[in-house]
Amino acid sequence: MWTRDEMAAIAASELAEGQYINLGIGIPTLVANHLPAGVSVTLQSENGILGMGPFPYKGEEDPDLINAGKQTVTLKPGASVFDSAVSFAMIRGGHINIAILGALQVSERGDLANWTIPGKLVKGMGGAMDLVAGIPRIVVITDHLAKDGTPKLVRECDLPLTGSQVVDRIITDLAVFDIGYSGMTLERLAPGHTVQELRDKTEASFTQRLEPHDVGGA
Amino acid sequence: MRGKLRSSAAEALSSHLTDGMTVAVGGFGLSGIPTELILAVRESGAKELTIVSNNMGVDGKGLGLLLENKQVAKVLSSYVGENSLFAQQYLEGLLDVEFVPQGTLAERLRAGGSGIPAFFTPTGFGTPVAEGKETREFGGKMSILEMGIFADVALVHAHTGDLEGNLKYRLAARNFNPLVAMAGSFTLAEVEVLSDNYLDPESVMTPGIFVQRLVHVENPVKDIEHRTVRERNESDVDS
Repeated sequence: MWTRDEMAAIAASELAEGQYINLGIGIPTLVANHLPAGVSVTLQSENGILGMGPFPYKGEEDPDLINAGKQTVTLKPGASVFDSAVSFAMIRGGHINIAILGALQVSERGDLANWTIPGKLVKGMGGAMDLVAGIPRIVVITDHLAKDGTPKLVRECDLPLTGSQVVDRIITDLAVFDIGYSGMTLERLAPGHTVQELRDKTEASFTQRLEPHDVGGA
Repeated sequence: MRGKLRSSAAEALSSHLTDGMTVAVGGFGLSGIPTELILAVRESGAKELTIVSNNMGVDGKGLGLLLENKQVAKVLSSYVGENSLFAQQYLEGLLDVEFVPQGTLAERLRAGGSGIPAFFTPTGFGTPVAEGKETREFGGKMSILEMGIFADVALVHAHTGDLEGNLKYRLAARNFNPLVAMAGSFTLAEVEVLSDNYLDPESVMTPGIFVQRLVHVENPVKDIEHRTVRERNESDVDS
């Protein structure tokens, strides 16, 4: 089973020099710590920052400088700040290259549900619907199973959708799947696990295109 | 000339806010929220308000104060996960809520303030947000029709202002503030610094035409929801 950091590292491995990236709350935030050597990307935070830096040193927190998760952050050299309409012009206008988000459920067609559980969880979608509608590549990082042990990768989402047919890649603690016109394909399997076990823990149907060297390792 | 400046938030708001009005409020989380103006709304006792704001504060802070005081009938927000009183009032059916995607909310405010009654966007297509809305295909992609938002009153927090009502914001405290300023037919701004001189025209972020009343709030209370720091000896995270 991959750790949270290993999942973040897998997500980071596809990032390329000069890209503009939006990272969701939770495990996606860790992606910034695992960039490939020599690659520098620019992080956008949808509350109005391009060029977001790490957390501030203790004592230098500024209530006027937070990220979309309401955490105190800093600016990197070359950063800019702007209003929410300009921020979402970047997102909805397709100017951001990749968004990496969390999920409650993902369907085998790439439908994403990550904003509400009716009658239970009242939070709202924040910027997630804009991100998945406007950004050309959407990567989801999530645990393979929900806390109650049910599969998160399903045939059809029964939770309200964030977006329809929007997810390009799913990275879980057990496997990596790509989603294309022909459906879900298994790309990598975490060390110590079998495809049969994966099928038992996955409701979504997927095809297998695994070479031996893809099995194992992070 | 009396101009736009008033000596207190209560005076600036008086007679302009009545029951049932739509009030647009700037801020993201607790960052850049017009704390003094929200307190003035609470003091006014106005009820049955429709609040347009990205978030609804936290328990006991920001717009959470208006929820506590049961002044809010309806909310248009993108994310309210930080407020347990909100969840309680919503699940009990006391509060009417329209969840609006954050970018759609920003654009609806911008559109309303710009005289654009409605616009199409792909955001929310195929989701509960699209229910009951007109859809249309553009270039092979489906979009939904979203309406501009017009607010009776808008509440803004800015860092610096001048007597003309020109405003500048600081860092990420800008967020929704310039957009609610445009969407309000009567916009009040609280400013941390009231400039003796007019602002450099090139530095103005919200031109004074969008601001009807100005209040100077020196050293406002600013809260941090999640204080995240790193230690001095930690190497910089290269992102």
